Amino acid sequence: MLKKLLIKVFALLLFSSMVVANAGTIKIGAIVASTGPASFLGDPELKTLEYYVKQINNNGGVNGDKIKLIAYDTGASPKKAVTFVKRLINQDKVVAIIGPSTTGETMAIIKFVQRAKIPLLSMAGAVAIIKPVKKYVFKIVATDRMACQKVMQDLNKRGLKNLALISGSGGFGKSMRKQCKDVAKDYHINIVADETYGKKDSDMTSQLLKIKNNSKVQAVLNPGFGQGPAIVTKNYKQLDIKHPLYQSHGVASKKFIEIAGAAAEGVRVVAPPVVVADKLPADFPNKKIAVKYKNDFEKAYHTQVASFGGHAYDALFAIVEAIKAQNSTNPQKIRDGIENLKNFQGVDGIVNMSKKDHLGLDTKTGMIMLEIHNGDWTIVK
Amino acid sequence: MSEFFGFFLSGITVGFIYALVGVGFTVIYNSTGIINFAQGEFVMIGGMSSVFLIKLGLPAEVAFFLAIVITSLIGIALYKLIDLSKNSSEVSLIILTLGFAIVLRGLASVVFDKELHTLPPLLGDGTVTIFGATITYQALIIIAIAIFIVIGLFLFFKKTKTGLAMVAVSNNKDAAKLMGINIKNILMLNFVISSVIASIGGILLTPITSTNYEVGIMLGLKGFCAAIIGGLGNPFGAVAGGLLLGILEAFVAGYISSEYKDAVAFVVLLGILFFAPGGLFGNLKAQRV
Repeated sequence: MLKKLLIKVFALLLFSSMVVANAGTIKIGAIVASTGPASFLGDPELKTLEYYVKQINNNGGVNGDKIKLIAYDTGASPKKAVTFVKRLINQDKVVAIIGPSTTGETMAIIKFVQRAKIPLLSMAGAVAIIKPVKKYVFKIVATDRMACQKVMQDLNKRGLKNLALISGSGGFGKSMRKQCKDVAKDYHINIVADETYGKKDSDMTSQLLKIKNNSKVQAVLNPGFGQGPAIVTKNYKQLDIKHPLYQSHGVASKKFIEIAGAAAEGVRVVAPPVVVADKLPADFPNKKIAVKYKNDFEKAYHTQVASFGGHAYDALFAIVEAIKAQNSTNPQKIRDGIENLKNFQGVDGIVNMSKKDHLGLDTKTGMIMLEIHNGDWTIVK
Repeated sequence: MSEFFGFFLSGITVGFIYALVGVGFTVIYNSTGIINFAQGEFVMIGGMSSVFLIKLGLPAEVAFFLAIVITSLIGIALYKLIDLSKNSSEVSLIILTLGFAIVLRGLASVVFDKELHTLPPLLGDGTVTIFGATITYQALIIIAIAIFIVIGLFLFFKKTKTGLAMVAVSNNKDAAKLMGINIKNILMLNFVISSVIASIGGILLTPITSTNYEVGIMLGLKGFCAAIIGGLGNPFGAVAGGLLLGILEAFVAGYISSEYKDAVAFVVLLGILFFAPGGLFGNLKAQRV
């Protein structure tokens, strides 16, 4: 009996001493969809966070303090994201939160971080997250709007005016389709056809035939991710459509080339620079960091780098930079630090935050245009 | 005209894909009276195992054969599960297949991975042009094999002793038993045939649609629609149902709007269930109340 009590007391002492030792830790929360339908985003994001938190701690931490990462998996459910954000704020008492991976989840938790005054660095794509500007919400992720702008700029360069859209009906395709229709007039592009397909469809030739027989069409853009764009690309080739085909950043990985096979030849893909880190021109602003991230990730996990993991790198290091600059781990100070980031070297581009801009990326470094040749990427100048 | 024919060919391609999955439903329904909602997952396992066996360095033919064997073993496992709970109602057994499907999906995401994969088309990337519309070699292979399978099944059920025994079991288990037919073996054979058809489907579809651990959900759903429209229990019906569905979808996407394409499947399904509850080719079993 006494022995048991002693053990309990000892355990309690041990535990409290651990709490004391924890005083010098910085608790950072992460809400990622590492399983479920958005696991292609969340999985590389979580891997990236785990890898770099370990690396930072092994190198002595931030200002001498170690980082403690508290990560929760939402499976892309906004409901779970809300539960976890409450837990991170109230129980775990984190100083900053990274994530969630998707737009729907991010929109669901914004009001909680705003109320708790904890800075949030979302890893989702949509513009709505940072427009209008919310005091505690940031994101260092190129938006689908920027991807559209990049495509339109490329069309302008080629002197093409009439664009056909064939979009996946999932959240990604829907959002990008809306943004593209929205920015088209800024670049004097006419959307002359607007087709969609279900994200699990196995044949898109009907939609593409309509586009083929539309005499106005000069180029085709396919917002979407997963197997859809690969099938579109194959059907496009099968129908022998001669117009240039553009794919979105949703398929900017070697996997797409593998699945679309020979049909991918000549397809243009708008992509974040990290996809072709090694091939970037030497004077590309964030080449060094992109190459470093790509090499680190591929060495640690033995799989090809997915551009999405870069969002996690940028979010983590933005917080680290802010803590260093402010020399404080107070959430309010971290927020100020993130808002004042200037010329921050991120995987997704060079970041310049301001009171009015909580994104800080521009289309020059945030997105580049690639063309597929012989099963590999080439950069379109 | 070439546009019309283009939509038509697209519909036929997709229709035979649905048919190939739908036929598997009819075989198991015929013998056991239950709908196997893991049918789509069998298709997925067929495709995914082929992809990974080829990655291991096996020649394609060996990989395809092993993939068919693996899927058949899983089919037998499902039959054993159903046999264990044979005193349950048909509804419980259908729910059992749903659960089995979820388990297979989860296992596939762990054993294989969550990425998309594809196989090279059997006869290369070529296409054939008919009246100004094109169709791929792979689609032609699918059509040919689907027709071959359905005719094969028809002959098997009509002309062979085993086939006739299967029909006997599905008509009246007790009478079949009295005739000295081993019911358990016959039922298990049904699951094997269904798995073999599904895995062949998976191997043939993968070059067109690509595959991942979740691909079975959609394929299963559309195949199920095809089987219902054609009248559950009739392999020819499943082909007709699949074709009707595929062609309707293609024409709606082509002439009306691609937004309404998926709604068509369900409208047709509801219409059939309402006006011809037995399906196009099914004959409702008369039940004495």
